[in-house]
Amino acid sequence: MGEASPVQWRERVPVWRERQASPLPASAPREKARIVIVGTGPVGLAQAIDLGQRGHDVVVLGRFDFVPLGSKAICFSKRSLDILDRLGVGERAVERGVIWNVGKVFWKDEREPVYQFDMLPVKHQKMPGFINIQQYYLEDMLLERIAELPNIDIRWGHDVTGVELGNADAGVAVASAAGDYHIDAEWLIACDGNKSTVRDLLGLDFEGRVFEDNFLIADVKMKGERPSERWFWFDPPFNPGQSVLLHKQPDDVWRIDFQLGWNIDREACVRPENVDPLIRAMLGPDVDYEPEWYSVYTFQCRRMERFVHGRVLFAGDSAHLVSPFGARGCNGGFADIDNLGWKLDLVLRGEANADLLESYNAEAVTTADENILNSTRSTDFITPKSKVSAIFRDAVLELAREFPFARSFVNSGRLSTAVSYPAGPLNTPDCDDWKGKGVAPGFPALDAPLGEGWLLERVGKGFVLLCNGDPGFTVPGVELLDIADAGNIDLLIERYGLSPGAATLLRPDQYVAARWKSPTEAAVTEALARSKGASGS
Amino acid sequence: MKLITSPNIADADGIYQRLIALHHGRSEEDSMRVNTRLILLLINHIGDEQAVNEAISHAGGEEEQ
Ligand SMILES: Cc1cc2nc3c(=O)[nH]c(=O)nc-3n(C[C@H](O)[C@H](O)[C@H](O)COP(=O)(O)OP(=O)(O)OC[C@H]3O[C@@H](n4cnc5c(N)ncnc54)[C@H](O)[C@@H]3O)c2cc1C
Repeated sequence: MGEASPVQWRERVPVWRERQASPLPASAPREKARIVIVGTGPVGLAQAIDLGQRGHDVVVLGRFDFVPLGSKAICFSKRSLDILDRLGVGERAVERGVIWNVGKVFWKDEREPVYQFDMLPVKHQKMPGFINIQQYYLEDMLLERIAELPNIDIRWGHDVTGVELGNADAGVAVASAAGDYHIDAEWLIACDGNKSTVRDLLGLDFEGRVFEDNFLIADVKMKGERPSERWFWFDPPFNPGQSVLLHKQPDDVWRIDFQLGWNIDREACVRPENVDPLIRAMLGPDVDYEPEWYSVYTFQCRRMERFVHGRVLFAGDSAHLVSPFGARGCNGGFADIDNLGWKLDLVLRGEANADLLESYNAEAVTTADENILNSTRSTDFITPKSKVSAIFRDAVLELAREFPFARSFVNSGRLSTAVSYPAGPLNTPDCDDWKGKGVAPGFPALDAPLGEGWLLERVGKGFVLLCNGDPGFTVPGVELLDIADAGNIDLLIERYGLSPGAATLLRPDQYVAARWKSPTEAAVTEALARSKGASGS
Repeated sequence: MKLITSPNIADADGIYQRLIALHHGRSEEDSMRVNTRLILLLINHIGDEQAVNEAISHAGGEEEQ
């Protein structure tokens, strides 16, 4: 049996939106499915849309019969927005969210920032550097999109209680208020969060590090004229010796993170009467606000050694967990499903061997490691663990006021950007000299205007050969996108170094697979095969 | 670039004297702060990552590879 029934979950997890508990499937007690996704969090929902859009029937199991409320993710990166746009919710999210590009870092009581950064250094792209939006709004949007797709069967209040790893399938035991049943899944994708049941049931590892610190996350509603920027303080007078982060969300909700230290009374510090003095010290004694949600978090960085275990694939928090400085949690999870979706699609269609999923393991582990590395470094800078470390931190902040060089050491969170795989197994190394220009194999496509729209709106379903002029051949399974006669292509040509005759092969997840100054049919065919997992040697 | 470990400054005594004078009359805490600033300034000037990495290893008493 599961830990708790859907009814009991309500006592532990606050409800944002009710969903109707789903009945038993018609095929119960024993059912066969090609794809089962565990988890109705953002990662599971996004994975379902990706595979649904690619034409697959998908079963999604969620133990809650509601969308949870609470303070979780708010910052979504440009790369996530590119992915969400491909899934049909990018524009909705940007419209509803608060757009921001600039982050400022303050120290002590100084009014001028010691450092500031811009998350969209390359302008003229469809999506902004970042948006802030409450995680439950995003989950709502993903669910709206799922409702538009006929082939996604989402089951609320269906709890996975057993998993058995077979050679060609995974057996899943499901408990629901309507009864228990079993599914033989050809592929099981575990998007069941950091306390993953699937991971535990299979006895798999989740190694890492716990940071001995507590953070109070206070979401408060208030009218304010502050700009929509990320403001971060080291050692401000309103939280001496600790850090504070202020961020705007839609609906006049502001998120304030107060670092609290290790030895605190976690129950007491979320009581409104204890949060109030912190907020008034920060925003002024007369500030008019309403509490939305208060919670306390301790952060960890962990990951599974492998994300692929036979027919069971892990994505999102079940596979990796990061501290939130840098907003790499959910953004990292979206990177997983983006990478996995097209590969599983090809495997299910018989167009690629299941070995292709090994490259999901390689690339997603690379992404997770980069995210963990960055969030660990940020956490060590923000919360120094020794006296010397604190002295270095303060020396950096002190020097940063005066000397530009020191600003690059200031680390209040390196915010999530797309991770590249320059040594990725699916890339075809360059044979031409690109003189450091363009987007190299293993890097994510850079957006650019194209005609009335944007390049990234035109790629992301299958493989695309982006070319400047008709190459004179076609390769089955590769769509030609010849921009020669399109309008508004100067930036695109510049960004890809796409001189007349040149071409760039893009994967279905908008990563560059290969490129040529003058492509041949044989070269494109070979690069395509390599991208589908045929070993290059 | 390999870290230079043979003599590389003309007036070693003068530089050493100024280094000690920098700490004159400071508390231990303040000295530590000043040393840290100095390290960061010098690291940036050196710039070369390999040289800095070697210096970090030598400072920690590690043998050269
Ligand atoms: C305070 C805080 C701030 C954050 N801020 C950011 C941010 O700004 N940006 C960012 O990118 N990330 C942020 N994160 C991280 C982000 O919230 C997570 O990375 C994200 O929720 C992970 O999504 P997921 O779908 O993998 O897992 P979850 O959201 O945890 O979802 C797991 C799902 O699995 C279901 N489930 C679990 N077990 C079972 C089972 N046995 N059977 C059926 N269903 C099951 C659960 O019901 C749930 O629906 C933040 C996190 C915290 C705590």
